[in-house]
Amino acid sequence: MKNIIKLNNNNPEIIIQDDWQLLQSEDPILNKKVILPLRDWLEKIPESEKATHQYGVWVAPDDEVEELEPWLNCLPIIAIQFPSFRDGRGYTQAYMLRTRLGWEGELRAFGDVLRDQLSHMRQCGFTSFAVREDKSVTDALKGLAGMSVVYGNSAIEPRPLFRRR
Amino acid sequence: MYQYDHYDHALVQERVAQFRDQVARRLSDDLSEEEFLPLRLQNGLYMQKHAYMLRVAIPYGTLSSFQLRTLADIARIYDRDYGHFTTRQNIQFNWIELTQVPDILQRLADAEMHAIQTSGNCVRNITTEAFAGVAADEFMDPRPLAEILRQWSTVNPEFLFLPRKFKIAICSAEQDRAAIQMHDIGLYLYQDSQGDKFLRVMVGGGLGRTPILSQQLCENLPWKYLLSYVEAILRVYNRYGRRDNKYKARIKILVKAIGIEKFAQEIEQEWSKIKSGPSELTDEEYERVANQFFAPAYEKLSQERMDYHTQLATNKDFALWASRNLQAHKVSGYTSVILSTKPGVNMPPGDVTSAQMNAVADWADKYGFGEIRIAHEQNIVLPDVRKCDLFDLWQAAKTIGLATPNIGLLTDIIACPGGDYCSLANAKSISIAHAIQARFDNLDYLHDLGEISLNISGCMNACGHHHIGNIGILGVDKNGNEFYQITLGGAQGNNSQLGKVIGQSFSAHEVPDVIEKIVSVYFLYRELDESFIHTFYRIGIEPFRELAYGKNSNPDFNQELLV
Repeated sequence: MKNIIKLNNNNPEIIIQDDWQLLQSEDPILNKKVILPLRDWLEKIPESEKATHQYGVWVAPDDEVEELEPWLNCLPIIAIQFPSFRDGRGYTQAYMLRTRLGWEGELRAFGDVLRDQLSHMRQCGFTSFAVREDKSVTDALKGLAGMSVVYGNSAIEPRPLFRRR
Repeated sequence: MYQYDHYDHALVQERVAQFRDQVARRLSDDLSEEEFLPLRLQNGLYMQKHAYMLRVAIPYGTLSSFQLRTLADIARIYDRDYGHFTTRQNIQFNWIELTQVPDILQRLADAEMHAIQTSGNCVRNITTEAFAGVAADEFMDPRPLAEILRQWSTVNPEFLFLPRKFKIAICSAEQDRAAIQMHDIGLYLYQDSQGDKFLRVMVGGGLGRTPILSQQLCENLPWKYLLSYVEAILRVYNRYGRRDNKYKARIKILVKAIGIEKFAQEIEQEWSKIKSGPSELTDEEYERVANQFFAPAYEKLSQERMDYHTQLATNKDFALWASRNLQAHKVSGYTSVILSTKPGVNMPPGDVTSAQMNAVADWADKYGFGEIRIAHEQNIVLPDVRKCDLFDLWQAAKTIGLATPNIGLLTDIIACPGGDYCSLANAKSISIAHAIQARFDNLDYLHDLGEISLNISGCMNACGHHHIGNIGILGVDKNGNEFYQITLGGAQGNNSQLGKVIGQSFSAHEVPDVIEKIVSVYFLYRELDESFIHTFYRIGIEPFRELAYGKNSNPDFNQELLV
């Protein structure tokens, strides 16, 4: 995948291109290091292969992230699709994975991923961001920090502000 | 008055800088209009028919005199010298240049105001009634919890791109003056016999194309769980609310589709996971927020004020005004004053000039504690006026058109800006309001009619709340012409009702006649001092329909066939 911002211990680094390849349903699996749609992962990959840690999974807004619960130990990466940046389901999916299901590995946003939403994504637990390819990743980086005050709780800060004062 | 602390200041200041940068990127085309749209909406900026409109938040309808003067300055410098107060207690400026918005937001931030989340598919301004903290029939002041919720929902990262807008209101008085039952979440705050605070949680109300009154989701939520409970509702809605059709995207449609029992199960299940977490509110936090509200230093006044009673007895006009435009205060010797923004044909409902704003700010300082409220009915409230000052205040208000004695009467019309401004509107609202106000300009007659609410919306989006007016008027489009559909029997408050369509729609020039006919039916049938709505409940819609359409109206008229 291209145009990536990745958090390493909370420090962002820019990755022009990494080894992960995002596959659509029905795409042939030719390489290792591919990220498969949730359905394909669940239905097409035999259990023995699931445990090899070579496949990542991506979820679409309609998917239920709870379906991944049994397989979290086998996954090197989970990606969440934003078909439109105005569809906010990915934020709750990220929250659920981090807070409810205990996912601690890499969580990547892809699709309509733009500078002005990056801080919200980060606060919901995303750790890497595949910025839309027609946008400058260096420019997008400016959106990562967001504002210094967050009143509410979030995936990365479960305490609302009143418990942090 | 809520006083900002350094966190609140930092947030609004950073937000201005952020939006200034976003505007610059839009102007240089680094941001497309599509990308910019939700960003500007979440900063209160709409594109209307002729210009940008900026909607500024007035949390729980409360302003300081300094803030109102700031709004007057903005009206004078950046707009056409007036602003429009809305049914959700915000103010809208209608003639705004995009390039000037960052400077306007900066002025607002410097006065502890903002336009954050006054639009967009996110949690909007949290509302309470205009008399919060001062009403005689209040159980508790709802503002501390409203402020706690406002803070929690402001730029909450998970819930900024919901399926649709999300409105929350809190009420804690005998009379519901916050239109709780037409909100996505409506909260009734009360205390039990031990003095513990609880919330009765209502969900799934809303007007628009599919008007629905909310249903009870929880009868007795301990107040400390307010944040986690609202979080559970928003999370379930964010996951499962429809996104394929914007007219079916409000939470009311989800609640209706799966039923309140199933919905309640979903909420219970989600809530059980987060209930006992760090979001659980503490007494310390409640006290901290409650203490950030300015508490007026009321004088000990004796109930009997001779001059006031003499003035009432000797000046009929003053007495008439006092009979309508006051609201009982919890402190003896004080009252809340409602300044009507509905003088008739001279001003559209809710519109206030900068000179009027400045005058009201002066009165708030002179006669009150420097505080002003905006009511859901688009009027201005001075919450703390000594009864002995009423006569002076009334005389001052008369000189600038803010003393119309019509609160709660037929000409106290709620109206959206309509086709004159709004690109969504099918028809004009203001000219219809004015035509009705002109027809009913005889004050004695108007007062004899008593309480009748009349609400006008220029389209199905129902910003004028026509469904819950005793008389509702909805602008519709018929082959490119503006027509008006009339509903009867709507009501807000404790006994909320949605109005029923009377029949086929009318052209603009017919509307005042039809309203007059409707009123004449009421006159004919009313018993003793029965109000319009009670007569309507007793006799039903048929007598009104008959007179409105003449004797030959079709009795088998099918409401479903209407727009």
